[in-house]
Amino acid sequence: MILRKKKPEFEVNTDGSIVNKETEGLSQGQIVRKRFLQHKGAMIAIFVLTSIVLFVFSALKLKIGPWTYPGWWKYTIEDLPDFALEGCADGLVGCPTMSLRPTWLGGSGVQLGEHPFGQDDIGRDYFALVMRGAQRSLMVTVIIGLIGGVIGTVIGAISGFYRGIVDSVLMRITDFIITVPSIIIGSVIGFHFGNLGVAFLAFYLGLFAWTGLSRLVRGEFLTLREREFVDAARVAGASNRRIIFKHILPNAVGIIIVSVTLLMSGAILLETALSYLGFGVVSPDVSLGSLISQYQESFTTRPWLFWYPGLFIITIALCINFIGDGLRDAFDPRQRRRITRKDRQSARVAMKAKS
Amino acid sequence: MFAFIMRRLGTLGVILFGSSFLLYNLAALSGDPIGELRTSTDPEAPAQIAALTRSLQLDVPPPLRYFYWLKGVLGLFVGNFSLGETRSSEPVNVAVFEAIPTTVRLVITAVIVAIILGISIGIVTALRQYSKFDYSMTFVSFLLFSLPIFWVAVLLKQFMAIEFNNWLASPTIAPRAMMIIAAVVALILASAVGGDRKKFWKVFGIAAASTVVVLLLLLQLNWFLQPRLGPIGFFFASVGAAVLVTQLSVGLSHKQSLRAALSMSVMGLISYYPVQWLFNQEKQPLIIFGLLLLTIGFAVVASIYFAKVDRGPVIRTAVLTGILTGLLMILDKLMHTWEPYFNSDAVNGRPVPTVGQTNSLLEAGDYWISLLDVLMHLVLPTIALTAISFAGYIRFSRGTMLEVLNQDYIRTARAKGLNERTVIMRHAFRNTMIPITTIIVSDFAGILGGAIITERVFGWTGMGTLFNKAINTFDLNLLMGVFFLTATLALLANLVADLLYSVMDPRIRVGAGE
Repeated sequence: MILRKKKPEFEVNTDGSIVNKETEGLSQGQIVRKRFLQHKGAMIAIFVLTSIVLFVFSALKLKIGPWTYPGWWKYTIEDLPDFALEGCADGLVGCPTMSLRPTWLGGSGVQLGEHPFGQDDIGRDYFALVMRGAQRSLMVTVIIGLIGGVIGTVIGAISGFYRGIVDSVLMRITDFIITVPSIIIGSVIGFHFGNLGVAFLAFYLGLFAWTGLSRLVRGEFLTLREREFVDAARVAGASNRRIIFKHILPNAVGIIIVSVTLLMSGAILLETALSYLGFGVVSPDVSLGSLISQYQESFTTRPWLFWYPGLFIITIALCINFIGDGLRDAFDPRQRRRITRKDRQSARVAMKAKS
Repeated sequence: MFAFIMRRLGTLGVILFGSSFLLYNLAALSGDPIGELRTSTDPEAPAQIAALTRSLQLDVPPPLRYFYWLKGVLGLFVGNFSLGETRSSEPVNVAVFEAIPTTVRLVITAVIVAIILGISIGIVTALRQYSKFDYSMTFVSFLLFSLPIFWVAVLLKQFMAIEFNNWLASPTIAPRAMMIIAAVVALILASAVGGDRKKFWKVFGIAAASTVVVLLLLLQLNWFLQPRLGPIGFFFASVGAAVLVTQLSVGLSHKQSLRAALSMSVMGLISYYPVQWLFNQEKQPLIIFGLLLLTIGFAVVASIYFAKVDRGPVIRTAVLTGILTGLLMILDKLMHTWEPYFNSDAVNGRPVPTVGQTNSLLEAGDYWISLLDVLMHLVLPTIALTAISFAGYIRFSRGTMLEVLNQDYIRTARAKGLNERTVIMRHAFRNTMIPITTIIVSDFAGILGGAIITERVFGWTGMGTLFNKAINTFDLNLLMGVFFLTATLALLANLVADLLYSVMDPRIRVGAGE
């Protein structure tokens, strides 16, 4: 591996002014990629989120069509193993056997044990339950993000591009939906479609989740369609379809990706909130929200039933938020790093060394 | 302007019509209010079904039934407004209007605290962009963004209420815990102040040492069981408020303002005992309001005395200081009430409640004790709601402030030699507030419908409870009532936000050229 010397971001011109060399000679795509890769928070978040997804989905048995994947974890959510008694304090049963404290620090060594996250009140393995819950919550998030993203983009693009009567009608429909708080819509939907399964619930929720996105996309299309390159394309005889897909959409993709990410981080919280209220995922299936809701009373006696699903919700939502932030920084063309005193100094030092 | 408002109100009506029609059908088609009766084997069931079908007009298809509901709403214009009846035969508008004060009480403190905290932290992070403070606040705000409120609520109940009440039985702080508290406080303060490494550690040291001293002093005075400010503490706090307000509004070099503000503190000290006596009389709300008017009057008089020209900023500073001093006095009175409240039979040494709106066992009578009771019941929900919502304000005000700081007029202000305080407070902060105000207005409306979970976790009976009940009992009229109110408020708030925008930003003219 060749270690390249990092190019200084700021340089001093011959007249003493300081210029930003960060983006010199790079295309828009390269700048975005570079900025995103430099965003430490987003990079860590991507790594953590990928690990969680792989970990969670490989743990339990999965059935996709005729093909079955066995899963590496020994229990499923239906199993009812005996309560593990050893290692619990104060006559509790089913406490977590996972230990992260090595023996040389006075702990019992790094190990998973029989039930790493403990057992619930009827003895089900809580690790399996949390894994299933996290799978469900991730599924809901992705489905809402996809459906909401597609509908929002299409409606926003059509109303921003065609304007006039089409725009008015579509935007009034958006207003209708935006007036109803999402938790109310979610509850009404969840109450009646929750028992059809998680995918259906997420699908119906997605049908109402696109409003904010469509407004943003519409705004973006309204400004972009007045730009010179669109006029040029139209003069050259490009069709509406070509203008939308080849000229405007690539320029609006930043705002779309960013808002879909934020939509998804909102979606995971919406799902947990609905499950908490009892309008989301229904038993015997579980989601992270329904696990917390089910066991919140047992916090004083069996805190592990409360901690683990909560930690998964927070970690997933946090990762999505950080990725969204990194994307927003990367796509925002106005965003420039301000020249700090330190930059000025280092640029001058570099200049002196050169001369 | 008038035409603009009229047109907007017209659009508002159309939107309300559309969205209520949508929700009515969505809710009506997907639920069956007599579903349970249909499968019932009770011989009475058919009769009950018939009765319910008649009273709920179930024989009319929902799209048509909607217009019966709409007729009641439109009765607003001819004086017999009705949102229908709930399934327990109570008028919906009565149920809804009874629930509003509870929800407002629940959310209003949280919103105000979130706004003040969020905006100030957001602006400090913008001023110290890419500093450690900025990074840690970014992390904290994302963390808060990602927290489900019911999860936070359970933690708060455990650690802020149950454990804290246990701790109050014998308040002592172990040396290790004290060191951790001091380190955290010092770290936050030092990174907010900023500066180079030397200054950072200096601020850190001073902050940590003073935290430890204050904690030891409080423990020594048994302050956690008998909190009080006393006239001396009150005076120093008031002088602190005077200096802070002056520094932020006009700068300490503006001697007239400083004098006017400090005179308010002195006035507070002089009137300390008379006001305490007044607080113990009857009709406290009236007394407090009268004192507020008196304070403002005195502030104006003092400003006129101290400043001969350009009195506006001086009056503003003095009035703000006066109000803060008054709040300090009320705080002091509440602190005096703490001990009898704490020892009363109903509270019995466990002052932080986990659920409910008021303590029903508490004997009514003393105004201050019941006020303290209401406030104590607000503590946990307010912390939870604030924690969740202020992250948004941090991010938004940081972003807006950064954008404003890059504007040309900021450079102009700096170039003509204004000091940093004036540039930030007068030029940057004011322009940052324009977009933030519109967000605040719509948040106020949105939060009324959004406190559903908070109400449930903390056992309050407001709009959220009504809504829950409506869904679970298929009470269509009740559901529509709750929705109608929240939606109307949200739409009105949007209208107000647009109007405010044009008032604050003269570049934007609503209704111009249309």
